[in-house]
Amino acid sequence: MKIDRRSFLSFVIGGAAGTALTPLPWKLTDDLSIWSQNWPWTPVPEGGEVTYVNSTCTLCPGGCGITVRKVEERVVKIEGMAGHPVNDGGICPLGLAGPQLLYGPYRVRTPLKRVGQRGQHQWAPISWEAALDEVTGKLTELRTKNEPQGLACITGDGRGTVYHLLARFLTAYGTPNLISAASAADTQGQALGRLTGIEGPVGHDLENSTYVLSFGAGLLEGWGTPARVFKANSARVDHGGKLIQVEARLSNTAAKADKWLPITPGSEADLALGLAAVIVSESLYKTDLIDDQNNGWDAFKAMLAETYNPEKVSGRTGLDKSIIVALAREFAKAEKPLAVCGRGRGQTPGSLAEALAVASLNALVGSIGRAGGLWTVAPETDTGWPEVETDAVATTAMAKGRIDGAAAQSPDRLHRFAPAVIEAKPYPLQMLLVVEANPYYGLADSQSVKTAWEKIPYIVSMSSFMDETAQNADLVLPLHTYLERYEDVAGSAGFTRPYIGLVRPAAKPQCDSLHPGDVILKLAKALGDSVAAAFAWDDYDTCLEETLGDKWQVLKEQGYWVDENFQPPGSDGAFKTASGRLDFAAVAAKNEPVALQGEEGAFPLVLIPYDSMRLAGNAIESPPFLAKTVENTVLKGHESFVEINPKTAQKLGVGEGARAELATPRGKAVVRVHLYDGIRPDVVAIARNLGHTGNGQYKFLAGKGVNANTLIAPVEDPVSGLDAAWGIRAKISRI
Amino acid sequence: MKQEQGYKKFGMVIDLDKCTGCGACMVACMAENNVPFKQDETDKRLSITWMRVYKLTNGKPYPDTDICYLPRPCQHCEGHDGHSPCVSVCPATATDYDMATGIVSQIYTRCFGCRYCMAACPYHARYFNWWDPVWPDGMEKSLNPNVSVRTRGVVEKCSFCYHRYQLAREKAFVEERRDIEEGEYQTACTQACPSAAITFGDLNDPSHAVYELKKNPNAFRLLERLGTNTKIYYVSSREWVRRSGDNYLKHEPTGKVH
Repeated sequence: MKIDRRSFLSFVIGGAAGTALTPLPWKLTDDLSIWSQNWPWTPVPEGGEVTYVNSTCTLCPGGCGITVRKVEERVVKIEGMAGHPVNDGGICPLGLAGPQLLYGPYRVRTPLKRVGQRGQHQWAPISWEAALDEVTGKLTELRTKNEPQGLACITGDGRGTVYHLLARFLTAYGTPNLISAASAADTQGQALGRLTGIEGPVGHDLENSTYVLSFGAGLLEGWGTPARVFKANSARVDHGGKLIQVEARLSNTAAKADKWLPITPGSEADLALGLAAVIVSESLYKTDLIDDQNNGWDAFKAMLAETYNPEKVSGRTGLDKSIIVALAREFAKAEKPLAVCGRGRGQTPGSLAEALAVASLNALVGSIGRAGGLWTVAPETDTGWPEVETDAVATTAMAKGRIDGAAAQSPDRLHRFAPAVIEAKPYPLQMLLVVEANPYYGLADSQSVKTAWEKIPYIVSMSSFMDETAQNADLVLPLHTYLERYEDVAGSAGFTRPYIGLVRPAAKPQCDSLHPGDVILKLAKALGDSVAAAFAWDDYDTCLEETLGDKWQVLKEQGYWVDENFQPPGSDGAFKTASGRLDFAAVAAKNEPVALQGEEGAFPLVLIPYDSMRLAGNAIESPPFLAKTVENTVLKGHESFVEINPKTAQKLGVGEGARAELATPRGKAVVRVHLYDGIRPDVVAIARNLGHTGNGQYKFLAGKGVNANTLIAPVEDPVSGLDAAWGIRAKISRI
Repeated sequence: MKQEQGYKKFGMVIDLDKCTGCGACMVACMAENNVPFKQDETDKRLSITWMRVYKLTNGKPYPDTDICYLPRPCQHCEGHDGHSPCVSVCPATATDYDMATGIVSQIYTRCFGCRYCMAACPYHARYFNWWDPVWPDGMEKSLNPNVSVRTRGVVEKCSFCYHRYQLAREKAFVEERRDIEEGEYQTACTQACPSAAITFGDLNDPSHAVYELKKNPNAFRLLERLGTNTKIYYVSSREWVRRSGDNYLKHEPTGKVH
């Protein structure tokens, strides 16, 4: 048969038409799609019985109640616990991403001993026995040399039985160097304490306040307990309460406020005292709580009249005089006014002068100890444990003073850690134990932290995750996460009543990890003698149950304990001052807010690191779900953005997305520019909690962006002795 | 098919005066619905977020600048008589409008990835799986068995947590009740929102909170004039926010069209 052009075309066209009419191609496409949707590597989650475990979240100092949803043994979801006194069903994005921390590949699976150089991430897995033997050996060596004070311990949480066990262990061992990070809550506690004579964490009754005047507090950026503060904010919207935000940048809080006052950054204390001056001069203050018979009050009044009259304050803050006077009147005449401070999330302590100025505003309008106001919530610090009996070595060493220079009752000064180690004063540090903290990443002035690190001969990190500190340690001891253990959370940040939340295991330990309390008990036993004698318990769970005593039953049943009979100190009008009334002497003393580091000529801008709900702080690195919510104007690829005003950008000749060099007196970084109208032209802002370098090969957030701590440095407050830096002078140049 | 009386029409009223842009709704949605994640999620065109929170700005220079956040789930358009933009273009009937609930479904095993629906959706609420999702070793343990895991080559989107509706109905059936209570069926984002900015319920049922809330004079829907007839109502006391809900010309007043 001859195949001519005609028959060839008929065959091809006929064949094509025929194939199209049969179901064959469609069936094949369908089969292909079904087949390709059933790849064996696509997981099919197994079903099973659904159960719920009520527990407490420990990812921030809030201590929210959580309900963990389980399918058989698997934790599949975390939700806010309905009816909980702190958060009543609410939950923040970090809390929701909790299961990713439990099951993440960035967990430390077994004790690890460093084999390569520090920081190179080369490890040899060892047994717990070998790991504890090694630590015990090093600890014994120091004690034999009569130098137990050469050990320092940095811990993330300064509350609860784990902290008390750690403190007891270190006392028995013979070192005063247990250091936890101070925060804005400490400064606020000190400030209020100077007026009322009662020191301790401060509770803010935001739920009942009708007028909140915030001096830079990031109420919607993670301040206090986010889930609780957010709820209070929504209640305010419903009831028509007011929120005034004083801040250099239009933060989420400022955007939700009724009024945004972008004053000159650093003049917050001036504004607060300027308002106080108007309130006093117009006699708008409530007299019943104020001790107006002593010198403090007269000095305070004189200071206001002289230094803080509206003209002078207007000059310093950049606010119009009429706005200051109107704001003061509105605040004083509000039904339940409340002034708050603590910049951003309140992670850094901040200036005491500022906190005192804000506290005095509250004092003037009678908000201390009254519904809708604020008061001191004394934490439960008494464990009921017998006094530690120290041996001669420990007693001598304990008397040698702390390396951070903090006195017995004052908050720890973690910002002094790096300089003290570098200068080896008052004595050289020989061993560092880090318990659930990440100072290598989280301390300001990263360069000096790095230098200090090199001076420490031996570093042990007790951590659930391979964070920067663990990665730069000599030995890593893996811990249970909060979803795998029992613990008590003593107090909720900014909550108005004494509170304890119970952390309960929702899952079996996923790694060869231990409870931090059990590690301490094991170490104490291994050290023997007086150290072992200080601990009567076999394991942590027994210790917890015994310590909580009659609260244990309540905690086991409902998951939390709240002091129902709590009366706010001062609610009866009596404070613990000499006269029983509020004493203004401390506010009248010369309290200068600390100056920014850097010279204005060389660094014309002010760099302010800002907090965001979409990036986890403290020792926690944002889990993948949380990192996914970060906007592409904050982080894009591996680059951080800084926010600057379009006017400033024009002057510098940089446009949206342009790369630029950001320089401060402490460091430099290449960043990209995001033009933002909601920022003062003299300010540049950068997101905190980026630029992580830990976690080995899992780069969900590691290696992305700039760590703000490489650009800033602590500035010590002369009165409180805490870190008061909230920014630093900076310069942006085109590259 | 006309929607008959007695049928449900689930929808949301989102109070933008309360929304703080914290992102809890986004994370709650990801955790509930097994949404995948990659090492780099900063290219937002490729980042799957059934619920996405947009940041709006009034465009005014300092110090008159203002910003507002707007959470955007699938708008579950009804169009007229269930002719949603995506449903009418799907060649595989992989997405459909359920007259009994008002929910626009997405059936992954039917979808063959033509992405016509994505082009048709005016809200960018649909996402395509360009890659097979990967859960690093161990992380697959937190997957929710009530929602199927998607694969490469299919489109996915917000389902109003339909599996929660099914569970609630099953429970009611076992307890010999004809209907479910308002609180029994709530989406994951609604439940999680710490500001209680999202209210979810049956827009047809006068006993549900959304029924009254949607009548707020400050309520608006996105791109209302397209006739998509969506089921997400937004409430804002700020005029510029309401105005950004549609492409208004300068002389046009903001307000309801239908």
